[in-house]
Amino acid sequence: MQIATRQVADTVIAAPVGRIDHQSAAPFEAALTPLVAAAVAERGSLVLDFSGIDYISSVGLRVLMIAAKQMRANEGRLFVAALQSVVAEIFAISRFDRILTVTATVDDAIALCSPATLAQYRSAGAAP
Amino acid sequence: MKAVRFWGTRGSLPVALTAADVRTKLRAGLRAARGRSIASEPDLEAVLASLPFSVAGTYGGHSSCVQLETGGPDYFICDMGSGLRPFGQAATARRNGAAQTFHIFMSHLHWDHIMGLPFFVPAFIPGNRVVIYGCHEELESALRRQQDRPSFPVDFSIFGAKLEFVRLEPGRTYEIAGVAVTSMLQRHAGDSYGYRFEAQGKVVVYSTDSEHPLAQAEHAERFVRFFGDADLVIFDAMYSLADAISVKADWGHSSNIVGVELCQMAGVRHLCLFHHEPVFDDAAIDAVLAETRRLEEITRGVTRLNVSAAFDGMEIAL
Repeated sequence: MQIATRQVADTVIAAPVGRIDHQSAAPFEAALTPLVAAAVAERGSLVLDFSGIDYISSVGLRVLMIAAKQMRANEGRLFVAALQSVVAEIFAISRFDRILTVTATVDDAIALCSPATLAQYRSAGAAP
Repeated sequence: MKAVRFWGTRGSLPVALTAADVRTKLRAGLRAARGRSIASEPDLEAVLASLPFSVAGTYGGHSSCVQLETGGPDYFICDMGSGLRPFGQAATARRNGAAQTFHIFMSHLHWDHIMGLPFFVPAFIPGNRVVIYGCHEELESALRRQQDRPSFPVDFSIFGAKLEFVRLEPGRTYEIAGVAVTSMLQRHAGDSYGYRFEAQGKVVVYSTDSEHPLAQAEHAERFVRFFGDADLVIFDAMYSLADAISVKADWGHSSNIVGVELCQMAGVRHLCLFHHEPVFDDAAIDAVLAETRRLEEITRGVTRLNVSAAFDGMEIAL
């Protein structure tokens, strides 16, 4: 799975696209692993811009939970931002909205990251 | 097979409504009736029909016990939770002096699935036959131990019926009183087994106390095959997905989300949520049911999966 990414100070912003189902969960996990490592290396955050994700299955949610655990174990944070309405419903029904930090927009997630990230993000403009 | 009847649907531990719970329901019902006529019985029924199930009814509190109405003279039962007691009383009331035969299939031998046997009236009646099937080596010893002192005042010698124990081999299909029965190993502490029942062109799967490791694709494929084209799957949906794979991982239970996914992949026609969390009140189970139906709706493929939540006394026609 291709994920567009960019580094803003100590934060990695990643934007996966498509469906994360039983078939694509493994490629999603493989693509996410180096991004988690990069964010951990910076002792920063990982922001997943989910605006391009139109479905996520239980297996995909498990991948997010593992990533969040890895981030927490290394004093980092995972944010999942900009959920489409169907994905937001799946998060609510699965109660993943209670165990992951979900924000309405990427900007909202960035506001929760480090001051350095916020400053650089604002100076560069919101567009990738 | 004609129907499935639920005598016990609660997970882990029987529960009961309290006086405060009943009062809350009454208050909600009376509030809903304000300004509406309840003068006639049809008026009253109309008000009752407008209430959510959590107000007008209750999911009940007996632990696992499910009856399969096969159309034959013998009784088919899954598990002997506390729901076995009211089932036994109902079966005895229909006895008319004739001997009865009961085929009972055990998912596993944890407490909440065996506690009904000491109170199973048909087991006390001479002439009756009670055949208990299971895949665990300790099938008979676990049930005898339950009635040993100091846990219970009377042991198996009190039973007047003929009790038989039959060990089943998982994966093998047995022909039992006109029903093809196949069991499958499930993930649960001490192992549990699901059952697939096939008769007269109908398929019912009983799969409770079963955890689904999401990372193992072959595990999901195995269950998709086991559930394949079933008319009804009775599914352990005790926890939310988040709980099932985080704080309650390895507790041996599953979620509504995984139930919908497996049933959709298997082409199942009806998913029945079962083994309800004992701390959930009726409103909480109502909410889980509504959410599960919504999940089915937004993830639906070509065919619709009917979704219900089992309650004590519920009957599903096949």
